[in-house]
Amino acid sequence: MIVLNINGESRSVDVPDDMPLLWLLRDVIGLTGTKFGCGIAQCGACTVHLDGAAVRSCVLPVSAVGTKAITTIEGVGASAVGKKVQQAWLDIEVVQCGYCQSGQIMSATALLAATPEPSDAEIDVAMSGNICRCGTYVRIREAIKQVATGKKVAPQTIPNEAPAAATSQVLSFVRVESVA
Amino acid sequence: MNVRFDKPLGEERPDNPSRREALKMGGLVVAFLWLGGGAKVLGRAAAQGPVAAGDAAFAPNAFVRVGTDGSVHLVMPSIEMGQGAYTGQATLLAEEMDLGLDQIVVEHAPANRKLYANPLLGEQATGGSTTIRFCWTTLRQAGAAARTLLVNAAAAKWKVDPAQCTVARGVIRHEASGRTVGYGDVADAAAQLPMPEKVQEKDASAFALIGKPLRRVDTAGKVDGSLQFSIDLRVPDMKIATVKACPTFGGKLVAVDDSRARQVPGFVAVLKIADAVATVGEHFWAAKQAMDALDITWDHGPNTQFSTEQLFKDLAEASKNGTPIPGKEVGHVDGAKGKAVEAVYQLPLLAHATMEPQNAIVHVRPDGCDIWTGTQVPARCVDVAAKLTGLKPETIVVHNQYMGGGFGRRLFEDPVEQAVAFARQVSYPLKVVWTREEDIAHDRYRPAYYDRIAATLGDDGKPVAWKHRITSGSVLATFAPGAMGKNGMDADAIECAADLPYEFPNVKVEWVRHDMPEGVHLGWWRGVGPVHNVFVIESFIDELAHTAGKDPLEYRRSLLQKNPRALGVLNLAAEKAGWGKGSLPARVGRGIAVAAPFGSYLCVIVEAEVSPQGEVKLRRAVAAVDCGVAVNPNTVEAQVQGGLIFGWTAALYNGITLKNGAVEQHNFNDYRMMRINETPALEVHLVDSKETPGGIGETGTVMAFPALFNAVFAATGVRLRSYPIDRSALVQGADALKAVVTQASDHGAAKEGKV
Repeated sequence: MIVLNINGESRSVDVPDDMPLLWLLRDVIGLTGTKFGCGIAQCGACTVHLDGAAVRSCVLPVSAVGTKAITTIEGVGASAVGKKVQQAWLDIEVVQCGYCQSGQIMSATALLAATPEPSDAEIDVAMSGNICRCGTYVRIREAIKQVATGKKVAPQTIPNEAPAAATSQVLSFVRVESVA
Repeated sequence: MNVRFDKPLGEERPDNPSRREALKMGGLVVAFLWLGGGAKVLGRAAAQGPVAAGDAAFAPNAFVRVGTDGSVHLVMPSIEMGQGAYTGQATLLAEEMDLGLDQIVVEHAPANRKLYANPLLGEQATGGSTTIRFCWTTLRQAGAAARTLLVNAAAAKWKVDPAQCTVARGVIRHEASGRTVGYGDVADAAAQLPMPEKVQEKDASAFALIGKPLRRVDTAGKVDGSLQFSIDLRVPDMKIATVKACPTFGGKLVAVDDSRARQVPGFVAVLKIADAVATVGEHFWAAKQAMDALDITWDHGPNTQFSTEQLFKDLAEASKNGTPIPGKEVGHVDGAKGKAVEAVYQLPLLAHATMEPQNAIVHVRPDGCDIWTGTQVPARCVDVAAKLTGLKPETIVVHNQYMGGGFGRRLFEDPVEQAVAFARQVSYPLKVVWTREEDIAHDRYRPAYYDRIAATLGDDGKPVAWKHRITSGSVLATFAPGAMGKNGMDADAIECAADLPYEFPNVKVEWVRHDMPEGVHLGWWRGVGPVHNVFVIESFIDELAHTAGKDPLEYRRSLLQKNPRALGVLNLAAEKAGWGKGSLPARVGRGIAVAAPFGSYLCVIVEAEVSPQGEVKLRRAVAAVDCGVAVNPNTVEAQVQGGLIFGWTAALYNGITLKNGAVEQHNFNDYRMMRINETPALEVHLVDSKETPGGIGETGTVMAFPALFNAVFAATGVRLRSYPIDRSALVQGADALKAVVTQASDHGAAKEGKV
């Protein structure tokens, strides 16, 4: 029996020691927001936090977790930074298929929690372990900067909970990024 | 996509639906059946009812469901795999029904060709960048018809002229009296009214939703982990399996020794089919451990000698000696006088590598079958399950799910077919999850191509003759044999080649079919025919410009004088990119490409830098897009951004290679994806257009290749005619190569001491 701290709750699980944390979360606990993409720590879809640090859960045996606090995408919104990251993801509309985005958000939150105002290079380093097949990288970069600066750095989407009548704005929609 | 799946392109439909019938079914002829009843969310049993109406009070067509509680469900004929299709479709319906997107529940359409076939494709399929193109008519009419009936019902109740009523957020208001009533309150009455002969969609000036960057309807659950893909679903009593098919194409399973696998904690079973084995466990880890512990004997079959080298040898041979099928012929290409230029382009097989690996949950019972999966072709999933199980199609329910990427992979139901073949051997629901290695090794691959292209340039440097012979396998021939042309032509193979944006006096475009060996499967891949043809054509146009001594932009401009929309995006991109302005450092170049794929017009300019060691870095890219009315400009921009990165990924890194009849790549370590640190500054500029919407999902990918390769040429003077990019051809000199070896060795990366 292993006792783990997952999203602030203590969970006792009876699984093989060598089971990667990913499969414990997905197939035993039922927290399926953490995704399987490659199984060899190449794509980052399985990223979770251990005491706030981003780790790839697909290659992390449960026996190696110890007493460290595990945070998954289901729990990351409980932190102020995590919540801001999720909101920026929606405001800029980063997401396409969404499959990799749990991992992207976990990596971005870990970055911003440790480095509130990351440079472009720091963003690249922290986020280059997360593959997005839909190619949302431009907006990931912008969403991180939006959280870091608190400023609207890119065109914002109109939330669809807003009344239809209140959406009479923005006809030209052109995003221009400066040359890096 | 400029192909159909039900018949050859260009053939007339024998059945011409009446206007009224078309309104009922959104363009498709079927019997109209109203089920009536209270307002309930579509239940499982009802989900495949004759019109999939569930218990909705008002179901005027296949797409709209209004409950007496005012709930509005929109049934989406096109699936959501990240491209924003649900939001686009919901926007069109909501626009015509005067609803907010927040008032709508979107539903996956059940498998039902009669109701939900894509009229542009002739199949219930999402692909070919067709969703907005067909829904622009189909769903706006469906929404307008629903609104008309609901307003008519309210007007009848009040005994007033419907024309005096307005609607806002689903509330009907009679302006003169100030009376109001919600859609739900007149849903029952509306269901009794006859369908109007015709309805009028809104004028563009009245659009409240179309054209706005509305937030997508599917993203909130994608940022907190709550939205479930089929891989995330857990069905009671379900067991989890992973699979391994014979690594050699066309091979068979001979024997399995599972004695070690049975020792794995959580092991449940080993299942076999003709060409694959599955290990079943209480969780994926057990299944995976058991798979790794199997001792499998394969009969590797007939393709053990087949390799990439052989494939291109065969394609070259077919190109030379095969029988070409004419695609387009204008004038006489052979008599033309002038400077002759010719080139050969070779394009590799490509995998899709969707982030969500292939998976399905299948529960086969004596009386029916449930399938939970994410598919671009739900009706085809029913077909294969019925065939394998012998069950009646009406007892097979496909519960379609959001997809973690599609890109054409989920137009092929082979993973579902395989899952059914395993699941019918057990009584419990079986979830089959492929590993990434299985996904790479058993994809439906983008065809390899061998193109011979030639032009004769007149005194002004412009082509007087253009000759393009394409040689490849055919996706269409296996996917929809009945849709092949009478002369054997595959319309996909020549799309964007037979319909060039340029006008040349003498043109000959032809295709030589060369089938892959049995067991090597080809598939639709984002960009389909155009992603191949536009690369070859726009690269070759660049070669011609160079031969003629003209600037690549000016050359294209001179050739596009009769094509205002193409010229429009060309000029816009050139202006935004500052083409010809400023000086670029050494080994930095700009490349341009223009094309009109999927009914849209795009020009992309890439600025790339090539290191002395041959590494290519994208510095900046500018895209100009005229896709007609942009239903959601935010989505258009996102699709062009992502489409470009999808294409550049293949250009920089990808190519499935075969050795001894098996794929040599395994996972993201050797089938690389572009990452954020390689992503350039990227601008997308939309032309404010009133034209009918064109497709967008695949366009960026189509443009990515030639724009990048033309930039590499501008930077280095080296013309690359295949991909992935051959770095060794771009090395500045022997010293540069030495430098990279030293550098890599310092980091312990170059194990063999060479590049």
